[in-house]
Amino acid sequence: MDTFLGLDAVMLARMQFGFTVAFHFIFPSVSIGLASYLAVLNAMYLRTRDEAYLRLFKYWLKIFAICFAMGVVSGIVMSYQFGTNWSVFSDKAGPVIGPLMAYEVLTAFFLEAGFLGIMIFGRDKVGPGLHMFACAMVAIGTAISATWILSVNSWMQTPQGYSIAENGQFVPEDWLAVIFNPSFPYRLAHTLTASYLTTAFIVGGVGAYHLLRGRTTNPGVRTMFSMAMWMAALIAPLQIFLGDMHGINTLEHQPAKVMAMEGHFESHPDGAPLILFGLPDQEAKTVRYAIEIPKLSSLILKHDLNAPLDGLDTIPDEDEPPLAVVFWSFRVMVGIGFAMLGVGMWSLLARFRGRLYDARWLHRAALVMAPSGLVAVIAGWITTEVGRQPFVVYGALRTAEAHSPLAASAVGASLIAFVVIYFVIFGAGVAYILKLMAHAPELGERGVREEPGPIRTAGITPQQQMRESGHDMGAEGA
Amino acid sequence: MMDYSFDLTTAWALLLGFVVFVYVVLDGFDLGIGILYPFFRKKEDRDLMMNSVAPVWDGNETWLVLGGGGLFAAFPLAYALILPALYAPIIAMLLALVFRGVAFEFRWRTERWRAVWDAGFIAGSSVATFAQGVALGALLQGITVDEAARSYAGGWFDWLSPFSILTGLALMAGYCLLGATWLVMKTTGDLQARMQRLAWIFGVATIGFIGAVSLWTPFLQDGYYHRWFEGWNILLAVAVGGAVLAVGAAMFWSLRLREHESLPFLLALALFGLSFVGLGICMWPYIVPTEITVWEAAAPRKSQVFMLVGASVLIPIILAYTAYSYWVFRGKIDPESGYH
Repeated sequence: MDTFLGLDAVMLARMQFGFTVAFHFIFPSVSIGLASYLAVLNAMYLRTRDEAYLRLFKYWLKIFAICFAMGVVSGIVMSYQFGTNWSVFSDKAGPVIGPLMAYEVLTAFFLEAGFLGIMIFGRDKVGPGLHMFACAMVAIGTAISATWILSVNSWMQTPQGYSIAENGQFVPEDWLAVIFNPSFPYRLAHTLTASYLTTAFIVGGVGAYHLLRGRTTNPGVRTMFSMAMWMAALIAPLQIFLGDMHGINTLEHQPAKVMAMEGHFESHPDGAPLILFGLPDQEAKTVRYAIEIPKLSSLILKHDLNAPLDGLDTIPDEDEPPLAVVFWSFRVMVGIGFAMLGVGMWSLLARFRGRLYDARWLHRAALVMAPSGLVAVIAGWITTEVGRQPFVVYGALRTAEAHSPLAASAVGASLIAFVVIYFVIFGAGVAYILKLMAHAPELGERGVREEPGPIRTAGITPQQQMRESGHDMGAEGA
Repeated sequence: MMDYSFDLTTAWALLLGFVVFVYVVLDGFDLGIGILYPFFRKKEDRDLMMNSVAPVWDGNETWLVLGGGGLFAAFPLAYALILPALYAPIIAMLLALVFRGVAFEFRWRTERWRAVWDAGFIAGSSVATFAQGVALGALLQGITVDEAARSYAGGWFDWLSPFSILTGLALMAGYCLLGATWLVMKTTGDLQARMQRLAWIFGVATIGFIGAVSLWTPFLQDGYYHRWFEGWNILLAVAVGGAVLAVGAAMFWSLRLREHESLPFLLALALFGLSFVGLGICMWPYIVPTEITVWEAAAPRKSQVFMLVGASVLIPIILAYTAYSYWVFRGKIDPESGYH
């Protein structure tokens, strides 16, 4: 058998796709949220002329520019990887998926890219109305992009609207059925909401960091923390509800995936337990040391305590997804979701007591939770994609039959190259973003192209600047 | 034998050719700028060169995604055969584009590591260009295919040959020409004068390479020889060859002008256009030379129609707002203003 470092070509191709798409998805996930946040900030500035909004806009614009660039370059890799490493999938599913991806490029990528230059560099070159339009186009472009790609991915999970030609290709018969396949609306709502929630916690984390450093009177810091906490309080509960709806839809169309998520090796004819934790054993087909709440799984999935739920014992072995991976990634995602809800509720409490900017334990929690959305979305994607295995098009094409005829050493070499280069490049990008975040948004906030270096004071009094940077004026005898 | 029936497949082949052409000329000049960086050591010059394309590079690169996506959607069998065949050059190109793309942002975020990101910008632009040229040459050479299995059947280094290395170098010269003539439009004074000199040098190199590749290509495959040199087709060779020389001469003349500074760039575009015409004459109607025709690789009719409806509306709109964006950032780059 053709292997490289003990792994066969299919496994290596899967690892490469999984690695590159996981890295990639982090960036558009944040870009979608940030682009909308920036559009909102710019709109608030135009409406209220409050300088804090302009400060925040310029502050987050620099971070957005880096994030967007990393999303673009990692995204091109994905569009070519279908062909390089999954050529059989590309040939067979191309007639259905290809046009949807082409529409993604035509309606979303060009829209974002076309107006990005004006958004970042063009404020002084076009009027405020046109600049706002450009910001809006970038935000809308990111959302449209998510829509098309989720339609593609959802079709792979719940395919419909096609027939199979003699040459083995999937032929589209009904485009509306293809695009609006059964899982699409749930996955779209869940993913877009995840994006906004992820960004909210990042913004909130940065705000919390600066509040903890004493910059409690900096208007930019206060505004961003407050906006982020509103998002946490309102959107986290919504996301949990959407997740529940998504799960019920998945039970109907991809039962094996839900069985893996729940850890149900065996069927439960009389109400299935919710297994909170345990160690799944694929060989013995049982979950060891399971901590479970009886009947709760049936209640959540079927809204009936005693409803029967089938287990993987009803699924042929060769059609089973790997349970342990799906089981744990699902729990990570849900755990983070509830932690986000907790922070949101805590922030509401602090806000009603008038202590939003003084509640240091809340700020510490928000800081710890800053990257939590990124972990949750990756965990969620692992759940849904690994849960789709062993199929690449669920029920219709197996992953093992869909890969390119490449030698394992070729895929192995490219995988190593991707891993090394991605860690270096995207590691550096994250480092630069963190460096930008470590500065508080200042009066006279620098533009995208200004050099790092001493902050220009640009005509404000030294006292005000020092107060905003967190110096205790009393102690310094001002 | 040319087939003139205007069916959906032909329409898509022409559209895809157009998309690839637009990509080559748009990303050509910004990749070219990266390859030209080593000729300019001063930070101020490098800043200016990069800023001349900073607002538009992402839109330019998007045509590459449309090219790949369009091939996937309109000719899925060709996409599935060509990409594994050209695995190494394509992976190299994708990774090089990562370095090139992040340099636009990273080099402004650090003093200490700027030289590293500049090196990444240069290496990324150069490797991506070379890889694209190699891929083109490898495609022209022909790809070994198992038609019954609908799968690539060649070896792992088939793409590597003296011819593909030649086309790789040729594309680098061509992109340097595009980059230099673009900067002739966007810069002034001493920097512009140096760009004019470089445009001259790379203009000569590009035309030389076009000649070399054009003379070699007919001998790669019998089919190519027939298209260019047999019977009345020789007139085609004379016409295209003559046009290249005429356009080249006009371009060299235009470099010495004080006004109409956009002429060298436009004439360089015309050179690329003529090269595309030559490429088309070689390849048509094969999309995977010389085994698979466009009709054999085409997606089913329902896919073609679905996409064409949208593309015919959207592409003109895209061209319009892209042109608008270029217009917003028109004129010379002012070294004093920067991007605050």
